[in-house]
Amino acid sequence: MTATVDSAPELAAPRSPRRRPARRNNVELYAWLFMRLSGLALLVLVLGHLFIMNILDGGVHRINFAFVAGRWSSPFWQFWDLAMLWLAQLHGANGLRTVINDYARKDATRFWLKMLLYTATVLIVALGSFVIFTFSPDVGS
Amino acid sequence: MTATVETAPPAGSRGPVPPAPEGSTTVTVKIRRFNPEVDSEPRWDSFEVPALPTDRVLNLLHYVKWYLDGTLTFRRSCAHGICGSDAMRINGVNRLACKVLVKDLMSGGGKATTITVEPIKGLPVHKDLLVDMEPFFEAFRAVKPYLMTSGNEPTRERIQSQADRARFDDTTKCILCACCTTSCPVYWSEGSYFGPAAIVNAHRFIFDSRDEGAEERLDILNDVDGVWRCRTTFNCTDACPRGIQVTKAIQEVKRALLFRRV
Ligand code: SF4
Ligand code: SF4
Ligand code: FES
Repeated sequence: MTATVDSAPELAAPRSPRRRPARRNNVELYAWLFMRLSGLALLVLVLGHLFIMNILDGGVHRINFAFVAGRWSSPFWQFWDLAMLWLAQLHGANGLRTVINDYARKDATRFWLKMLLYTATVLIVALGSFVIFTFSPDVGS
Repeated sequence: MTATVETAPPAGSRGPVPPAPEGSTTVTVKIRRFNPEVDSEPRWDSFEVPALPTDRVLNLLHYVKWYLDGTLTFRRSCAHGICGSDAMRINGVNRLACKVLVKDLMSGGGKATTITVEPIKGLPVHKDLLVDMEPFFEAFRAVKPYLMTSGNEPTRERIQSQADRARFDDTTKCILCACCTTSCPVYWSEGSYFGPAAIVNAHRFIFDSRDEGAEERLDILNDVDGVWRCRTTFNCTDACPRGIQVTKAIQEVKRALLFRRV
């Protein structure tokens, strides 16, 4: 399927000056795929998180500084929380991007809403990752 | 009836109002109207029309146009669900006026029936129920809905197995009525989205074993305004008067893009 020869020239060149020509990029495809995959991963991560935090061993009442410090001393929980942070943030941001694309009427509104969204996303992801990586159990003592 | 000049018989009338047929009930036909020469905003107009249960909404519109108000403007051609020219929003859903029976719109329990008729959404209204279909056809043309081949033409027909033909049978049934595209919430808010009808017609060629333009069409539909914009709400499938599984066709194009398997 490499042929691009158009053997129906009399039908070619549809009068469609308004539509931009197709670009060969897969951004939308990967965004769509990412939503599905991250959604599945988040299902496990978030439900697991909720279960551990709210139900297991007395639930939310045992959570204090020491508990958090204990958890984040293990690379496993660091990775879990980091994955949850990144996936949830990017999943949510892409969802909002979709909503903005669908509903913003004016190009300017769309642009600024998206800028706001991207800024917020970068800030939250950066701040969250920073805390998870640099958390030191000594700050409390 | 609002401020149209009421002289009898009205302009374009086919003569005096015929007697109501036996067994008919009077229904209110509420039509969203817009006359660009007079109105600055669309307005609602109501007509009392005698209707038989076996009448189609198109008959009611004819009655209005022929005997009550000749200025009512709408498209229709075949009146048998073939040409796709009379798509409109009937009681809030996109249908062909020639395929909806009055008996399916009757309110039960002896209550008075009101049938609302509006132009299809998302396309510019020229007058009354007549919309500008050009953006719709522009998206249709953009997916190159014709056979693309390379090499020498065969001396006889291009052979295809029955299984290969069945692969895209559903999407060959499209009559380009625009019921689907103008029922799509994504299309309402973003007219640059190709819309389900264009994707259906791309599907018809992408999955045709005789066609060689699949890659090209897939690239077109991979764009921001392509299949990834679809939110799988099934409005289009519900609206299609030909019973085409529109959303399924869109999902099949998505799958072909994901796995490049046609
Ligand atoms: S399924 Fe997709 S194309 Fe069909 S109406 Fe919904 S968003 Fe539009
Ligand atoms: S897919 Fe169905 S609803 Fe859409 S244009 Fe074709 S026939 Fe009409
Ligand atoms: S008039 Fe042809 S489809 Fe209704």
